Amino acid sequence: MLQRTPLYETHVAMGGRMVEFAGYELPVQYPAGPTAEHHAVRTAAGLFDIDHMGQFEIGGPDAEICLQQLQVWDLDQMAEGEAHYSVLCYDDGTVVDDIFLYKLHRRWLMIVNASNRAKDWAWIEHHLHGYDAALIERSDELAMLALQGPKAEQILQKLTSYPLVTVAPRTAVETQIGGLMVIAGRTGYTGEDGFELYVPVEGVVTFWRLLLDAGKEDGLLACGLAARDSLRFEASMPLYGHELSPQINPLEARLGWTMSWNKPFIGRDALLKVKLEKPARLLVGLEMVEKAVPREHYDVASDGQVIGHVTSGMKSPTLDKFLAMAYVPSAYSALGTRLDVIVRGQPKAAVVVKRPFYKPKYKV
Amino acid sequence: MASYKLDQSVRYAKSHEWARVDDDIVVVGISDYAQDALSDVVYIDLPEVGDTVTAGKQVSTVESVKAAEDVNAPISGEVIEVNTALEDTPEIVNERPYDAWFFKVKPTDKLDAELAALLAPADYEKFVAELE
Repeated sequence: MLQRTPLYETHVAMGGRMVEFAGYELPVQYPAGPTAEHHAVRTAAGLFDIDHMGQFEIGGPDAEICLQQLQVWDLDQMAEGEAHYSVLCYDDGTVVDDIFLYKLHRRWLMIVNASNRAKDWAWIEHHLHGYDAALIERSDELAMLALQGPKAEQILQKLTSYPLVTVAPRTAVETQIGGLMVIAGRTGYTGEDGFELYVPVEGVVTFWRLLLDAGKEDGLLACGLAARDSLRFEASMPLYGHELSPQINPLEARLGWTMSWNKPFIGRDALLKVKLEKPARLLVGLEMVEKAVPREHYDVASDGQVIGHVTSGMKSPTLDKFLAMAYVPSAYSALGTRLDVIVRGQPKAAVVVKRPFYKPKYKV
Repeated sequence: MASYKLDQSVRYAKSHEWARVDDDIVVVGISDYAQDALSDVVYIDLPEVGDTVTAGKQVSTVESVKAAEDVNAPISGEVIEVNTALEDTPEIVNERPYDAWFFKVKPTDKLDAELAALLAPADYEKFVAELE
């Protein structure tokens, strides 16, 4: 049985094209279409229902000690109200999930991928055993929206007296917005400035309408999963199940910047070994030299030999290029390396290029 | 499913291409229903001028944000022209599917039989209704 978010009927009424994603029925696009929705986020703003994401709260006297162990980022560097991206690893260093952590007043909020919610819950519970820390499911009480784009702040400001200009990137505030007590994090998954909003479930349908009305004159569009994917892809953010999996470690995925080696965490020993020996394969960005759409699972070849595979690929709406992310042996990862992507049996020329394809435009 | 447009001047293949007879040549594209199902079109791998194509066989691939789909020749013959405008502006397939032709074919002497095997607009409409 597929799950629905509280906005399901709203999406259908708006002409959203509903598809299955990670056990949820969600809009892949609205009538404007994925390309228009994508451009709206880059130039104005877009509103996303991302309530399929899991929202876990971790509290109790030992919460911070446990969380330090559970994930790779150093929590000592986080003040109350700050947020950070991090990774949960298995003992062998491969990825359980990639997460977002918010340090709230006397508790932590952990945002996990929808597809991993049950797995993460069990894994965290297991590791909390014996500690005075509580894992609380907040997904059913909090609805999660993302308002992204250069006009996100001015749109959201219409619904609150809180001076949003004071909310720095990767911080969060709890305040009244649109008559509801909302957690607003200056975070996102698009490469644009914007907010992720945690809204009481009972008010989210009205809140969604309020936001769309407030942003209408600014060009705000409701956006579906397709635009969410193309936006994160251009900003070269990994998507679990594509660039991350239990067969991939974060160093291969170029997430070394998230790892704090000066503290213990699960998987540290295995990953330190990988770091010293250098990863055998690496995530690279590919740009097609010959026109073709590289898609997930397509083979990547060098001199006729298959050496890797595409994890995500598409025609980039912003850059107007055919781009891919792929895992290849490290020897083939240098910028400028010529490779082929096998498209319907035909090798199509590609070249290793810098990631991110699109440089994120965050406020500083 | 959103409603889609039919063009009364074409005949349709069950694989959602349209064929329009224009004097002694046949112009080929994909239906409004097909472009809507594909979502935004981003690239079209067109055949080459001079290619011989066979009714019901794949000649081209249309790539959208969603998937890559085969385009079959509704009519056999020789490709005499391809729509190079699609290379830089594939989105016209979404905007004007009955203007955004893919290629033109000089048909063979099987033309009448092949046209008869295609669906009239009303029959294509019924066919699509059954798919839903």
